[in-house]
Amino acid sequence: MSTATQETEPVTPAPLQSFTVTLIIRRYDPEVDQEPHWQDFDVELFPTDRILDALHKIKWEQDGSLTFRRSCAHGVCGSDAMRINGRNRLACKTLIKDLDVTKPIYVEAIKGLPLEKDLIVNMDPFFESYREVQPFLQAHHEPEPGRERLQSPTDRERFDDTTKCILCAACTSSCPVFWTDGQYFGPAAIVNAHRFIFDSRDDEAQVRLDILNDKEGVWRCRTTFNCTEACPRGIQITQAIAEVKQAVITGRVR
Amino acid sequence: MTDQTVASESTVVDGVHYHEFDIVIVGAGGAGMRAAIEAGPGAKTAVISKLYPTRSHTGAAQGGMAAALANVEEDNWEWHTFDTVKGGDYLVDQDSAEILAREAIDAVIDLENMGLPFNRTPEGKIDQRRFGGHTRDHGKAPVRRACYAADRTGHMILQTLFQNCVKLGINFFNEYYALDLIMTEVGGQRRPAGVVALELATGELHVFHSKAVIFATGGFGKIYKTTSNAHTLTGDGVGIIWRKRLPLEDIEFFQFHPTGLAGLGILLTEGARGEGAILRNASGERFMERYAPTIKDLAPRDIVARCMVQEVREGRGAGPNKDYVLLDCTHLGAEVLETKLPDITEFARTYLGIDPVTEPVPVMPTAHYAMGGIPTNNNAEVLLDNDTVVPGLYAAGECACVSVHGSNRLGTNSLLDINVFGKRAGNNAIEFVKSAELPPLPEDPAADVRNMVESLRASTGTERVADIRRALQETMDTNAQVFRTEETLTQVSADIHALRQRYANVGVQDKGKRFNTDLLEAVELGFLLDIAEVVVYAARNRKESRGGHMREDFPKRDDENYLKHTMAYLTGDPHSADPSDHIKLDWKPVRITNYQPMERKY
Ligand SMILES: Cc1cc2nc3c(=O)[nH]c(=O)nc-3n(C[C@H](O)[C@H](O)[C@H](O)COP(=O)(O)OP(=O)(O)OC[C@H]3O[C@@H](n4cnc5c(N)ncnc54)[C@H](O)[C@@H]3O)c2cc1C
Ligand code: SF4
Ligand code: FES
Repeated sequence: MSTATQETEPVTPAPLQSFTVTLIIRRYDPEVDQEPHWQDFDVELFPTDRILDALHKIKWEQDGSLTFRRSCAHGVCGSDAMRINGRNRLACKTLIKDLDVTKPIYVEAIKGLPLEKDLIVNMDPFFESYREVQPFLQAHHEPEPGRERLQSPTDRERFDDTTKCILCAACTSSCPVFWTDGQYFGPAAIVNAHRFIFDSRDDEAQVRLDILNDKEGVWRCRTTFNCTEACPRGIQITQAIAEVKQAVITGRVR
Repeated sequence: MTDQTVASESTVVDGVHYHEFDIVIVGAGGAGMRAAIEAGPGAKTAVISKLYPTRSHTGAAQGGMAAALANVEEDNWEWHTFDTVKGGDYLVDQDSAEILAREAIDAVIDLENMGLPFNRTPEGKIDQRRFGGHTRDHGKAPVRRACYAADRTGHMILQTLFQNCVKLGINFFNEYYALDLIMTEVGGQRRPAGVVALELATGELHVFHSKAVIFATGGFGKIYKTTSNAHTLTGDGVGIIWRKRLPLEDIEFFQFHPTGLAGLGILLTEGARGEGAILRNASGERFMERYAPTIKDLAPRDIVARCMVQEVREGRGAGPNKDYVLLDCTHLGAEVLETKLPDITEFARTYLGIDPVTEPVPVMPTAHYAMGGIPTNNNAEVLLDNDTVVPGLYAAGECACVSVHGSNRLGTNSLLDINVFGKRAGNNAIEFVKSAELPPLPEDPAADVRNMVESLRASTGTERVADIRRALQETMDTNAQVFRTEETLTQVSADIHALRQRYANVGVQDKGKRFNTDLLEAVELGFLLDIAEVVVYAARNRKESRGGHMREDFPKRDDENYLKHTMAYLTGDPHSADPSDHIKLDWKPVRITNYQPMERKY
């Protein structure tokens, strides 16, 4: 490992060409508009630019009133889930080169949550469902004072996938059941319940299973897989929901 | 967008909402939420945050959190203290560093007990890995001290703290932008009486009247163009404190993390090198062997970043323009990359189209961390000079300067800092409010914010926020980055002055009230300009090289003249042309306990 030199191919990316892309964005200003409407913008972009860069270019160079949420710009904060060409994605993780730029790119707010302005929706109902599944560790056995609770790597691995959630709502707002029944907990809440139900340190799995056995719980899921396809963190959501269903039936989590 | 019922108890006077709390915490990142977990159960507490808590940039932290648990090899907190002091190039207050290292152990255990899913050893204990500058027995060899959860340690900390806030029913005011601190005088002492915030959803102003205020607003990496920081890290809290004419400490020290994705600044954790990744120049040479023969690629960040820039300057950079070096992870194997470094593997694939399993990744230093900030003592109490506290005012996390990081923070010591000093801030605020009265509010406490916001909204100015910001970031990258000289600093100083004049003529296009992010970007730019001005002014004044501050015209550390903290004060009209008209620089001694300054070799 400590060899001083090694042959490495110099990386020589081809020089990048910029080109004009048309974005068609669903606009809504609650202080002016009765109804949302579509608006076109032409933007000069590089293939490696993200949709977030395109939105920034519009906001910063053409129309300052274009409104959207963003923070980290690399897919870890969950601010900028939106519908891009009809699919829920994070604007900051969607590169222009991965879209068909011979056609306009359609961008609109995620569905199923109240529209506030342009690409911003009210996230409160989403976070309320999250809170309802008791998304926090409830362990009744005390660890040794000043020490960690022990957990084997295998037990830790059991719920690894669902710890990755960034609460972006891409999954829940792509779910047809959620669109028609806003009371449904939705995939994100179930993912966050799963994260604790299958954590060997937690003692209240049954409480969460009871909550999710409710009529607005896991049984609403019709396994359409939209959520799994939408998840920017690659979480196997449909599988997590299936595991929760299984645990509701058997009462066993381990 | 408030979470709890108590949040709606407010009165409205002249369109301004008034709330009353014991403690108001500004910021819901790691430091703010750790404080809330202490404060919430014992006092009426509000957390106001411009982002939903889980969007805070603590969630972007990757590599780990330091604590000498000695779970995988011999270690102790005294070694950790020494490494922190040496890593900070002896500008660290050593009693504070000792607190950091000693309380680290409980801080990690607290998080585990709250539910944080750390990676585990075969025996089920918290696993640990190597990180830059952390060594066994005072520099003998790298030590495994960083507790981690894959390369998502910050994400897990942020989630775990949020989960526990949910459990405790903490009152959050999400998407509320704090824009002013209300200061008043009680018995001849300056004290905070609350905070003025703008609610993003409505554009309305809120006065949070309180006995104590905790600032936990994070960093200000957006003064630079190439940065690992989020768009929202605009230093609002630091800027608010500055405008209140409270001092800022060691503000010239900014950390450039060696491994940002070239051209983008997105971070690849030092944990990669902790797992064995190697930096190479164009010819494939492992150049760090030349600069830091003992710990090589795991030398502290300031050193590695300078070496990288040096390689590029001397023509050994890789790529068509020879303007970056390579982070080689190929020998780690797919298994290690996928299990211990999955996120950064994906970043390289997504954003550069490069697979670290088979190809080395182009990297260059990226503006990462503010060592300086709001001066506090070890109780997280804010100072108004070298030692007088402002009763009831606290700061913790990246916005604060205790100082545990001195002139260069060690990797994994910030996630530690936010937990140790966030907890201290919460606990001390609780003690304070037990006996403190609610100070009276001045008349129309929202007046200043209303004037600022309304004049921006009404402005017919022709300057664009984005143009000024870009120009600021570019000149900061060119002139006040890894290497600085009198000449570059003079240039950037002139540039900032011109940009501040242009800012007076800034316009916003969105004239609405609701979700007016256009207007808020203009406000944030105002903070960036204020902070950049004082960063550069303090950097010109420190004619030596220490930690993150490298002056090519004064390449040596000069303990005789500069082994002391900078204290900067706003004293005059902030809009005057010459910073010397309105910024006064002073010094504060470094507290040295056990470790006499030595030459820093690795
Ligand atoms: C990419 C990256 C990786 C890192 N990796 C590591 C690591 O592995 N180990 C380590 O120790 N450190 C790491 N760091 C550093 C560390 O993550 C940060 O220093 C630390 O998380 C800062 O926490 P904080 O609570 O102070 O601020 P933040 O988490 O940034 O939170 C700031 C909060 O303040 C709020 N806020 C800001 N302005 C306002 C306002 N005007 N009104 C209301 N609210 C406001 C925001 O909404 C947010 O909630 C990393 C940093 C980055 C950028
Ligand atoms: S499960 Fe995936 S899509 Fe759903 S909220 Fe979490 S990260 Fe977003
Ligand atoms: S901006 Fe953070 S996830 Fe896209």
